[in-house]
Amino acid sequence: MLKDVTLGQYFPGTSFIHRLDPRTKLIATFVYIAALFVAKWYVSYAVVLALLIVCITVSGIKPSAFFRGLKPILFIIIFTAVINLFATKGGTVLWNWWKLTITSAGAQLAFLMVARIMLLITGTFLLTYTTTPMALTDGLELLLEPIKKLGAPVHEFSMMMSIALRFIPTLIEEADKIASAQKARGADFETGSLTERAKALLPLLVPLFVSAFRRADELAVAMEARCYHGGEGRTRMKKLTMCPADWATLIGSGVFLAGIIVLARYGL
Amino acid sequence: MPVIKTESLSHVYGAGGPFESVALDNVNIEIPQGAFVGIIGHTGSGKSTFVQHLNGLLAPTSGRVLLDGEDINADKKRRHDTRFKVGLVFQYPEYQLFEETVARDIAFGPRNMKLSKDEVSARVREAAFFCGVSEDLFERSPLELSGGQKRRVAIAGVIAMRPDILVLDEPTAGLDPAGCAGILKNISDYRAATGATVVLVSHSMEDVARIAERLIVFDEGRVVMDGSPAEVFSHTAQLRAIGLDIPAAADVAEKLRALGVPVPDGCYTVEQLRDAVLALRKEGGTC
Repeated sequence: MLKDVTLGQYFPGTSFIHRLDPRTKLIATFVYIAALFVAKWYVSYAVVLALLIVCITVSGIKPSAFFRGLKPILFIIIFTAVINLFATKGGTVLWNWWKLTITSAGAQLAFLMVARIMLLITGTFLLTYTTTPMALTDGLELLLEPIKKLGAPVHEFSMMMSIALRFIPTLIEEADKIASAQKARGADFETGSLTERAKALLPLLVPLFVSAFRRADELAVAMEARCYHGGEGRTRMKKLTMCPADWATLIGSGVFLAGIIVLARYGL
Repeated sequence: MPVIKTESLSHVYGAGGPFESVALDNVNIEIPQGAFVGIIGHTGSGKSTFVQHLNGLLAPTSGRVLLDGEDINADKKRRHDTRFKVGLVFQYPEYQLFEETVARDIAFGPRNMKLSKDEVSARVREAAFFCGVSEDLFERSPLELSGGQKRRVAIAGVIAMRPDILVLDEPTAGLDPAGCAGILKNISDYRAATGATVVLVSHSMEDVARIAERLIVFDEGRVVMDGSPAEVFSHTAQLRAIGLDIPAAADVAEKLRALGVPVPDGCYTVEQLRDAVLALRKEGGTC
C-alpha cells in the first residue's frame, strides 16, 4: 500500500551526477526549472528534454524508476490536460459537442503544459534520486548562509528538514507494520464506503501518531544528552568542496539557461 | 494431514528494484495439528517473513501456503478468513494498541469477525484470563499501562479471535525475565486449554529450548535444520557457524563432556542438566 512512495528515495551510485556537490545540483536544478518556465515552444522543450535524457543516462538510474515516480501525480497531469484542452480559446475548432469545444490552441497548450509538468517532476527526481537527503539539506544550509546574517534560523530550519526527511522511511515502515498487525486482527483497509474506509484508518493512525510523538521525544532527549544547542559555532563532519567538475556544471547550466532564453526570444 | 504446509515457498523483497533481496528460498515445511514449533534464526534469516506468509499478510513470490490442505491465497475471501484462523502476534505488539479502553482493544479482532455482542465480550474476558490481564484494567486506556501489561493486552487481542494456530513473533523481546516466563506460561496454558497449534519465533535459545517440541532453524532464507530440540542443539558447531547461540545448559553440558564427564546427550535446559548431573553424582562419578 505504501510501497509506491518514492519521495526522497535515493538510488546509490557513483556516476558523474552522484559525485557532484549537492550545492551544484541544487543550483542546476533551479536553473533547469527556470529554463522550463522560460521555454515557449517545441524547440525549447525538445532541448530541455534532450538535456534531461542525457542526464538520466549519465546517472545510470533505470528510466522505469522515473516513470514510477510520475504515477502518484497522474491525476494532476490529467486534470491539467483536460482544463487546458477545454478552457483555451483560439485557433481552429477541432471538435465540438454541446458546450465543449477543443481548439487547436487548446490542444497545443494542453500538450505543452503536460510536457512541462512531466519534465519538471522528472528533473527534480533526478536531484533526489542521486543525492542523499543529508547531503541535500547540508547543501541547502550552505546555500542559505547569506540569509543567516539577517537573523533567519537557517541551521534550525535545515536540521528540521533533515530530521523530517530522515523519518519519512521510518514512519512508512512503521505504518506498514501497524497496518499488517491490524490486518492480522481482521482490519480491512480496502473495501467499504468512503466513510467506512476513513474509519478503518483509525487503528492505523492512532498508533502511528503515538509512536511519532514517542520518537520525537526520544530524539529530543538524545540530542540534548549529546549537548546539541543549535547552529552557533557548530563544525561539520563532512566538509563540502566544489571541484572543477562542479564549476563546469554550473557554467554549463548558465549557458543552457541563456540558450533557452534566446530561443524563447525568437518564439521557438 | 498437516494443518499448515508450505510448498517450495519463496519470497523476494523489492523484486527488480535497487535493493532486491531474497528473504525466503524454497521453504518446505509441514506442521501437524497441535504441534508446538519453535523457529529460530539470527536477524534477517527470513523467520519473520516466513510467519507473515502463514496468515496471508505476505503473498509468496512463488510457491504455496496450504491451510488444512487449501491454498490460503486462492482468493481474497479465503485470505481474509485465514487471518482469524491463524492468529499472528507481531514483534512489539504493544505498538498496535489504539482503542480508548483495554476491553475495546482486545475486542477489535472479534468485532471484525462480526460476532454477536455477547460473544465478543465473552471472548474478551476469556482472552484476558489466558493472558493474565486483570478485569480491573478493562476500562483503562491501553496507552497508560506498563510495557509488560501492554504486551499482554496486545497478545490477548489476537487470542480473542480464538485462532486454531497461534503464531508469535518474538513475544518476549525486551521484557524482564519474570515477564518473559509469564508470557511463555500464558502461551502454554492457551495451548493446553484449546489444543491450538503454536508457532513461536525467537532468537532466545533459552525460551524455545524450554517450551518448543520441535525446532526449525532458518539461515539466509532457507531451512537448515528441522527436528526435536535435542537433535538441533546437538549440532553445536553448525549452530555457531550460522551465528546462533546454544542454550547455556547445553553449553555447560558440552564443556563438561570435554572435561571427561559423561553427561548424556539431550541436556539443553537447566532442569535436565541438573537432573543428569545429580544422577551422575549418585553413581559416584567424577562430579
